[in-house]
Amino acid sequence: MATSLSIVFSLIFFLFILHVSSESTLPAEEEEFTEELLFRPLPDRKVLSHFHFQIHTPDTTSYGPHHRLFPKAIYQLVHKYRIRELELSFTQGRWNYESWGGFDPVASSNAKPPGVELWAVFDVPADQVDASWKNLTHTLSGLFCASINFLESSTTYAAPDWSFRSVSSNLRYGSLPREAVCTENLTPWLKLLPCRDKAGLSSLMDRPSIYRGFYHSQRLHLTSSEFDPVASGNGIVLEQTLTIVLQPDALDSHSAFSSSRKFQPSWSMNSLFGRTVDGKCALAKSSNVYVQLEGSLVNNMQDTWNNNDGGFGSNQNIEFSVSPDRMMKEVNSFHGEGSSILYGFSIDDYHSSKPFDLGFKWKLPVTWSCVKAPLRASRFLMGSGNEKGAIALSLQSTEWSQSLPKADNNEQRCRLRVDIFQVVPWYIKVYYHTAKIYVDGMLQSVGETVEKLHVSPSEDKVSPGVMEMILRLPCDMKSAFITLEFDKGFLHIDEYPPDANQGFDIPSAIVSYPDFHTRLQYKEDNNSIKSPMVSKMQEKRTILSYTEVLLVPLTTPDFSMPYNVITITCTVFALYFGSLLNALRRRVGEEERLLKDKKTGKLQLLLSKWSAKLRGKPWEPPSSTPQSSPSKLISSKVLFKVVLIAAIGFGWQYYSG
Amino acid sequence: MTKPSPETKHQPWFWTSALASILLRLVLIVYFPNTLNFSSRPEVSTPVTSLRRLAEGYWLKQASMSPYAGSMYHGSPLLLSILGPLTVNRGEGQTSNLLCGLAFVLADFITAMLIRGIGQLLQAADIQSLKLLGAGGLSKFSENFASGDIAALVYLWNPLTIITCLGYSTAPVENLMIVLSLYGACMRLAPLAAFGWVVASHLSLYPVILVIPIVLLIGSGLDTPPKKLFLQQTHGDDHKETTNLSLNVSTFSWKRVVVFFLWASAWALYVLILCAISLKEYSGLGEMFKRTYGFILSVEDLSPNIGVMWYFFAEVFDFFRNFFLIVFHINIFFMVLPLAIRLYHRPCFLAFVYIAIVSILKSYPSVGDSALYLGLLGLFVNALADMQFSFFLFSGYLGTLLLSPVMHNLWIWRGTGNANFYFATAMAYACFQIILVVESVSSMLNHDRALKRGTATVEKKVQ
Repeated sequence: MATSLSIVFSLIFFLFILHVSSESTLPAEEEEFTEELLFRPLPDRKVLSHFHFQIHTPDTTSYGPHHRLFPKAIYQLVHKYRIRELELSFTQGRWNYESWGGFDPVASSNAKPPGVELWAVFDVPADQVDASWKNLTHTLSGLFCASINFLESSTTYAAPDWSFRSVSSNLRYGSLPREAVCTENLTPWLKLLPCRDKAGLSSLMDRPSIYRGFYHSQRLHLTSSEFDPVASGNGIVLEQTLTIVLQPDALDSHSAFSSSRKFQPSWSMNSLFGRTVDGKCALAKSSNVYVQLEGSLVNNMQDTWNNNDGGFGSNQNIEFSVSPDRMMKEVNSFHGEGSSILYGFSIDDYHSSKPFDLGFKWKLPVTWSCVKAPLRASRFLMGSGNEKGAIALSLQSTEWSQSLPKADNNEQRCRLRVDIFQVVPWYIKVYYHTAKIYVDGMLQSVGETVEKLHVSPSEDKVSPGVMEMILRLPCDMKSAFITLEFDKGFLHIDEYPPDANQGFDIPSAIVSYPDFHTRLQYKEDNNSIKSPMVSKMQEKRTILSYTEVLLVPLTTPDFSMPYNVITITCTVFALYFGSLLNALRRRVGEEERLLKDKKTGKLQLLLSKWSAKLRGKPWEPPSSTPQSSPSKLISSKVLFKVVLIAAIGFGWQYYSG
Repeated sequence: MTKPSPETKHQPWFWTSALASILLRLVLIVYFPNTLNFSSRPEVSTPVTSLRRLAEGYWLKQASMSPYAGSMYHGSPLLLSILGPLTVNRGEGQTSNLLCGLAFVLADFITAMLIRGIGQLLQAADIQSLKLLGAGGLSKFSENFASGDIAALVYLWNPLTIITCLGYSTAPVENLMIVLSLYGACMRLAPLAAFGWVVASHLSLYPVILVIPIVLLIGSGLDTPPKKLFLQQTHGDDHKETTNLSLNVSTFSWKRVVVFFLWASAWALYVLILCAISLKEYSGLGEMFKRTYGFILSVEDLSPNIGVMWYFFAEVFDFFRNFFLIVFHINIFFMVLPLAIRLYHRPCFLAFVYIAIVSILKSYPSVGDSALYLGLLGLFVNALADMQFSFFLFSGYLGTLLLSPVMHNLWIWRGTGNANFYFATAMAYACFQIILVVESVSSMLNHDRALKRGTATVEKKVQ
């Protein structure tokens, strides 16, 4: 009795709290749209521009299903397929981890494999995940004018167990390396924005300048807590980013001189995109442009930096055409390279008569290098010919990881954890027992370096091969190689794509380093406007990098031959059947005569025996066979056959008709 | 059993050359483990018999996954338990397959010895029946050739057998089981025959059709001339020793056959139980049947081999695929009955013909299958002495087997040829095999006719 009472009380209390909390949060919740743009000069004279749009809608239970800003298509998608998290990226070009960095948040969340990559976490029972995934691919395919529907086939997507993202059984991952990305994919992506590309930062997106870039990746990331009973209230967050690496045309007169190679090219928004911003999107809550200078760049400029006291934005090295509104400096950068600086520009005050055009000018030549990932991962094919080969994944230490052992030497031996996730299509038949690991050229036993290994081997025409691996590599190693041998499959003539001789793609492997996290902590000196992009940068995030897509040529049959092959093979079968049957039933002439004689003789014998018995007379063997009786017999036989065939024919007609 | 004297005379010669062939294998296995890369040849190792796939299956099993997970392994779980541990010791990497190689050499040697045993039994039976028929002139001819020795040596020295043994495919084990069942049937040992037959069918499915020759062997004894001849003989001259003849032409003994089938079902049950135990943690027997027999029957793997099916099913329209699968497989079974009717008095030869037909038409043939029937062909060297086209066939086999690697190289490795080149050699090889089968069958029938004529003339002389 007492327990039930206490339950009732606690329930009432709980309801009360719920009520209070919902009341307190309800008026605060609003749909929010923010647009941001980040520029970062890259060491190899290029400029990274990273657009970041974020739309947030409150929970349906508190806000209702109608939206002012949030795209309806995405909202319906989330609700129909009960998506918890989804990421879709269209990428052209390959992120250069060597010179564009592999450690910073932009690189590890926006460097994507070429083509289309899609992964999604569903909030449905485990047996319905595949069905939801298939429907989702078709919907996205229609939404983004891409052949994402090819990911429907079970041979193209995988269900990683633990190496990709978090431990979730409802995650599906698929990628289409061959997908060509073009403006027809960008237009529907822009349609999801409240201002499209008519106003605000998105009006910079001049198609020719975007697709002229060295790398561009448009990404759509969706997080929803609609179906999560614990963390409800966050609603749906739609994050759209476009990352472009552009080569600025040299603006300044320095370019005329040969010494100008030392100078980084100066650029402006107009020179990069050929457009300027006429003001913010009216629906956006905040609209900011940032310029990020990397830690090592700041470090290299340091000496001239300190004796400068003319306020931020103008020093002896660089100059902005517009003075920045605020400056944020990174605190506790844990690789001692110096702390990066983020300049913020607000474009709230600009309008069409006073467009915003940020210019960036180098005043002194400076060189620097970006922060790389702990290991440089690359993947290549070994072997020649179209029968077999091997996939090799090489992990080279970078200068960064060489400083690692000093950091934690208290253990018996410092070990670097590397996670590898690789999906291989079924026609690459990988022999997982041939996995070999070489560390600094020495063959290591698998048990020594592999901490955890999960393989789900490929099944012909059903599922791809998935390999998930946790490696513990010694920190002081120079290089490590993992090789896996495979046989190339032979496909049916219909399974080859139209350009069969181009080869088949093996999607990128994902190499991640869970011991390391990107994290940029900015100390905001100014009035802090809550910026989603900056807070995204400050999130703790595992470093991951994608390897190259491999192109495997497969043997092709002769596509023009099906009829010839069918006829020739059937001829061989006919030869076998016909000649063997002929050899079996052929009789030599005299044998046949003998047989015929004997047969008739036996029958005659039998008949005469019977007649003798019937007549009750002693039987005497006939001395000579009369010529007339065989013909009579044959005629009766023929008659019998005719009747039999007629009966069979009649029966056939009767039963089949 | 009386041992004929000429065989003892031949024995030292036989043993030295048999041992020489074994030595050759050992030398090749030990000293050239990697230079002779036969295991990757499509002629030698098929998806069903490849030891590399077996190693993958064993690895999967060690990693507590079903060995049939993925489409790698398609063999028997028993083979996996026996040969699997031998594939693992890759400490140095070089001698990883040494133990398996030794096992295959042993299997080859035992097979050859069993073939020799079959040959001796056959020859003794042959001489006896010819003597009974009174065709002394014919029997003298067959005494000169110890067909068992010849067959065993043909099997041991056949380059195809040696290549199969060095190519680390499981075909030697399958061949051993087939020959074991035939030997058991020839000795009229029902348990042995049943064991061989059950295990061979378990390993590669096609030996199922050998049940007919085995039953004939067990029921009515070894190869004899047609029964009609004996009847003719007894009918012709009553004054001869009819009792002896009637003993020889003893009727089909159903009792032995029933015993054989009882043993066969016992062995089958035993094999299935063992398989079920070894697959207990995984998916059980259903998946085993799907992945072994289903894989063989549905021709899922379209990688090139010396058979007739791969290119056909790579090219044929999907709509007709099932129809042609049925037609091609039925082609094997279509000829089983006619051959059995015509050659029921020669069950050993019938078994040879069946094995040859299967090795032509099976879905993943290898030269190991050809090696077996070429070895068995040696058993009938006396009966098939006047076979036609033998030189033509020999050159044909040689030509296609030399051309096949060349065409494969041109297509796969150099990219200068295309698939049709290799397919053409496969077709030619199939044609030569068909001619061999047809010619051997017809010359065996002719041999029976000649016997009949011979006895007829003897009969006339007596009268």
